[in-house]
Amino acid sequence: MTTPSTIPAVRFRAVARHFGEVRAVDSVDLDIAEGEFFAMLGPSGSGKTTCLRLIAGFEQPSAGTIEIFGEHAEGVPPYRRNVNTVFQDYALFPHMSVAENVAYALMVRGVGKAERLAKANEMLALVKLANFGARKPAQLSGGQRQRVALARALINHPKVLLLDEPLGALDLKLREQMQVELKTLQRSLGITFVFVTHDQGEALSMADRVAVFNAGRIVQVGRPEEVYERPATRFVADFVGGSNVIEPEAATRLRLPAGAWSIRPEKITLSATGNGPLGRVESLQYQGAQRRYVVAVGPDRLSVVTAAGTTAFTPGASVHVDWPADAPTRLEG
Amino acid sequence: MPSRPPLSVTLAAAAGLLFLHLPLAFIFLYALTTEEKSYQFPPPGFTLKWFAVAWDRPDIWQALGLSLRVASVATALAIVLGTLAAAAMARYRFFGREAVSLLITLPIALPGIVTGIALRAALNLADIPFSFWTIVIGHATFCIVVVYNNAVARLRRTQGSLIEASMDLGADGFQTFRHVVLPQLGTALLAGGMLAFALSFDEVIVTTFTAGQQQTLPIWMFSELIRPRQRPVTNVVAVMVIAVTLIPILAAYYLTRDGEAVEGASK
Ligand SMILES: Nc1ncnc2c1ncn2[C@@H]1O[C@H](COP(=O)(O)OP(=O)(O)OP(=O)(O)O)[C@@H](O)[C@H]1O
Ligand SMILES: [Mg+2]
Repeated sequence: MTTPSTIPAVRFRAVARHFGEVRAVDSVDLDIAEGEFFAMLGPSGSGKTTCLRLIAGFEQPSAGTIEIFGEHAEGVPPYRRNVNTVFQDYALFPHMSVAENVAYALMVRGVGKAERLAKANEMLALVKLANFGARKPAQLSGGQRQRVALARALINHPKVLLLDEPLGALDLKLREQMQVELKTLQRSLGITFVFVTHDQGEALSMADRVAVFNAGRIVQVGRPEEVYERPATRFVADFVGGSNVIEPEAATRLRLPAGAWSIRPEKITLSATGNGPLGRVESLQYQGAQRRYVVAVGPDRLSVVTAAGTTAFTPGASVHVDWPADAPTRLEG
Repeated sequence: MPSRPPLSVTLAAAAGLLFLHLPLAFIFLYALTTEEKSYQFPPPGFTLKWFAVAWDRPDIWQALGLSLRVASVATALAIVLGTLAAAAMARYRFFGREAVSLLITLPIALPGIVTGIALRAALNLADIPFSFWTIVIGHATFCIVVVYNNAVARLRRTQGSLIEASMDLGADGFQTFRHVVLPQLGTALLAGGMLAFALSFDEVIVTTFTAGQQQTLPIWMFSELIRPRQRPVTNVVAVMVIAVTLIPILAAYYLTRDGEAVEGASK
């Protein structure tokens, strides 16, 4: 992704962070380009937060090097890094008003009161909270607090903004609204966003690139389509969107070349008279815009998703399963 | 809506309150009696003259002054040292941390008499003459614990991410302490400081071991009880002590209550 002439915003080289026996982050290589919306996706405990804390400076690597815009980050304390964080629990200062919270970074830099409060109000307007400056954080809703945290982190014009599951505490509707707003904001400001989530839909829809974490390692990095359609490992195939994982012994039964494969459920078509292997519909789930089937082909089970307009099959029906030649993706190992 | 408590509970609560507060009523009663040698019930008559007598006694003023000064200085010392100790305990993980924490809180668990003897022996060994400062040191041993305990409890409840957020926004350690940690600690320090002040103000045991010829108010009262002279004067002083300890407690109560009211009012 990064061309050799540009310095990456964040660069990890063989970075590890161990807590005693726990390998929270285990040899991670990473290049995040300037202005990129970069998502870190992975199950709980896979090391996403630890990676973010390494960038922010709250953790020091046990091994490896971290560079921020080409400068070694080793020994640079958090308050001297041009990186700001939106914390998962927002971490707003409860004893300060919303405006004081937002102006905090300017206050500690010695900016005069009138000037910093004016700036804070600008930032609050940016996140659509123009008239909330006088309130205390306790008097805000979850979504409003999230915006305050965002405004507070952005007032210093950081080069990199770190967001640790910033939408985790919001309900679905607000979450979707904030996803759009965050993405728009990131585009207009041109700031590098590093966004941690364990929601694959969120990562795929918002990010320019996604890194999939498992057990302290990055198992795949790529554009959302690449990660989704061409999972590199069984773990990615399964974690990102529940793909069919076909083990080598099943491959021949399903008329695939030798090796392990992944096929997306929505790439498979069902028909009464096809060329593909013959199976039997085991179950059917109606999901509005689509139908989700489990089809038994001999001893193997395939999940299949079809669009609402296509022919429906009832459980017990015999069906042929077909897929385009480029649908199967070979898995490593 | 909570239901009304049963009669038996009401009665028990009333009895408990009476048991706690009736003796205080007697202090007021005997501060006003005309009889000066024994606490006769009912008092033969009532007078305010003991307040005038107490007002004119220089020894009372001296003892009161000493007690107030000792309590103020010991409290101030405790607030500074107790806060620092609590901050260190909350922030750093080091070998023997639990042991150090126990050592800090030990003086409050140890009987005052042990603390007193230990301090006296130490002062003797070091050849330090008894003075105002030896009393302050004696009192500081338990005042620090009170402030420390309050501060540690509050720090434990303060989100760790607040401190990280402050650092993240460019504040160094000192600025973070001043703008984030200290305001969070404010009311805890107020409560701890008041308790420390009250403890110091009525301390007898440690003081007897660390004071030379000087008399703090409680020690003065203690010595007065042995002498059967102008007994009601002691009660007058006791009334004053109640006032001195009650005022800061009420003040703190209203201060913290107002603080909450202000927060809610800015809607
Ligand atoms: N300070 C610490 N001391 C010991 N172990 C830690 C510490 N911080 C993290 N870990 C461990 O490191 C691993 C990775 O933690 P991390 O917080 O990075 O996970 P995560 O991917 O953010 O998970 P989640 O989605 O649940 O937030 C976990 O096993 C965790 O228990
Ligand atoms: Mg996390």
